[in-house]
Amino acid sequence: MNKRFFLGVAISLVFYGVIQALITGEVLNDSYVDTLVIMGVNIILAVSLNLINGFTGQFSIGHAGFMSIGAYVSAILTTNEGYSFPLALLCGCLAAAVAGLIIGLPTLRLKGDYLAIATLGFGEIIRIVWLNNDYVGGASGLNGIERVTDWTWTFFLVLITVVVIQNIVKSSHGRALIAIRENEIAAESMGVNVTRYKVIAFVVGAFFAGMAGAISAHYFYGIAPNSFNFMKSFEILVFVVLGGLGSTTGVIVGTILLTLLFTYLQDFPEVRMIIYSLILILTMIFRPKGLLGSVDVSKFFTKKGGASKDGGTTTTP
Amino acid sequence: MTFDYIVQQLINGISIGSIYALIALGYTMVYGIIKLINFAHGDVFFVGAYTGYFAAKAGLGLILSLVLAMVVCGVLGVIIERLAYKPLRNAARIVILITAIGVSFLLENLGITFLGPQAQGFPEIVKKTDFTLFGGVVIDSIQIIVLVVTVILMAVLQYIVHRTKIGKAMRAVSYDMEAARLMGINVDSTISATFAIGSALAGAAGVVFAVMYPSVDPLMGIIPGLKAFIAAVLGGIGIIPGALVGGLLLGVVETGVQSIPGMSLWRDGVAFGILILILIFKPTGLFGKNVREKV
Repeated sequence: MNKRFFLGVAISLVFYGVIQALITGEVLNDSYVDTLVIMGVNIILAVSLNLINGFTGQFSIGHAGFMSIGAYVSAILTTNEGYSFPLALLCGCLAAAVAGLIIGLPTLRLKGDYLAIATLGFGEIIRIVWLNNDYVGGASGLNGIERVTDWTWTFFLVLITVVVIQNIVKSSHGRALIAIRENEIAAESMGVNVTRYKVIAFVVGAFFAGMAGAISAHYFYGIAPNSFNFMKSFEILVFVVLGGLGSTTGVIVGTILLTLLFTYLQDFPEVRMIIYSLILILTMIFRPKGLLGSVDVSKFFTKKGGASKDGGTTTTP
Repeated sequence: MTFDYIVQQLINGISIGSIYALIALGYTMVYGIIKLINFAHGDVFFVGAYTGYFAAKAGLGLILSLVLAMVVCGVLGVIIERLAYKPLRNAARIVILITAIGVSFLLENLGITFLGPQAQGFPEIVKKTDFTLFGGVVIDSIQIIVLVVTVILMAVLQYIVHRTKIGKAMRAVSYDMEAARLMGINVDSTISATFAIGSALAGAAGVVFAVMYPSVDPLMGIIPGLKAFIAAVLGGIGIIPGALVGGLLLGVVETGVQSIPGMSLWRDGVAFGILILILIFKPTGLFGKNVREKV
């Protein structure tokens, strides 16, 4: 487990080094870097939503709301209050997490579709609050945010997100979350504090959504309330479901593929959304469990290990 | 805040509320029968509005445009159900929901591609005349038409659901799909019929909406669709009279908030606020009954 963990981190660091070298060597120009940053932001959003939707089984479609809180709070702190970015980032994440707590406590009494509608409503209310607040620029939003984040920031924050969420999922807390997903009543009767774990999943998910918001606000110079509407929440949900609910690997792969598809179809704006929606419908009809289902890359390693062990036992006697 | 003013806002609220109610009926019927929040419903509404637009441009009158839009939308609803939702009858709920979102994107973007993103003015097929009721209270001909259309369609719907064989089948399937199938009811065609009726109502709502706010555009269905959905939840999703009451109530509250100076931008926020409150305190809606969960 530990070995595999460090192997994974090492591989991703090598990946980071290669991309960074390509950027400094000017093989990858700015538009590629844009795509990489968008991809990173989307991965953070999707992986954190996957903790709520995929692992805990709580149907949330208000993720863009949490993202907007991280974006606005961090942008206000750096632009108006003169905070340094790391501090503002942390504040943005914490603010989103607090919002997750406030929204989570009353709504987590709800189940299934009702929870989905409530989170959608909360996400929209957060957006309307930004829209009607002149301090944050109303409908035109905040502009003139200094660009602080780059590929390095994005990469390491994605790495932190994935590592933290994977560790939660693989711990006893993660098993409690999965138990809640599989059968809430059974989980409760086995002594899992259902409400507490649901709230934890919500708060952690919101924290990282806030992080994604802060990164994108400090990369694209400005934010506007309408980029955090329920369409954005749907988009994140699509990343998660297309990749495979409850599979971090699947979600990352799905997000990368969809972001690439979106970028490459940029030259055909008319057909882009048509192709996108057709892919969505067809994947759901023919591969309802997502591209990778609940497959996890780390399981391949265990399977290999198990097979070689079996081979060993058959040869020894 | 005079009495006249309040009555005037009430009239305005009821006329927009009855459009919400017409759309909400489609949401509620579909949810009642296959437990799906049909996010594509708001886009069926836009197709209805555009059908009405082309019919009106071709010189058809209000009634013919309305009937044509209802037929087109009814057929569209059945096509969507057969192609996108039927293959997923036994899939997880989230999968069907994502498919519905996909269908919604598809319709919107087909609309943008083939009809153009810009709004088109709706031809004046009804002459707008104001009638003074008493004091300063005014009701115009379009509001009267909206109310009349809503009342007639509600009556027809009520007749279909409670007095005809297909209505009985619909109620049976929504009560217990498996038992209904065992009793020899053709579940698939009943579900298709539900989609046809719900979508036809959305089509009619699209036309009256376009007559009331004389313009059409491919994204016009998103906000009324969401509002109607809130209305359906407010009344108790899956309950037909609930959709009517929820729609009217939402329309009235919204117009009320909008008429308070300085609050007009909060209109949508209030709608969502109502949604959250109702979900927290009475998640099954005003007309819903609590169902005890069996372990």
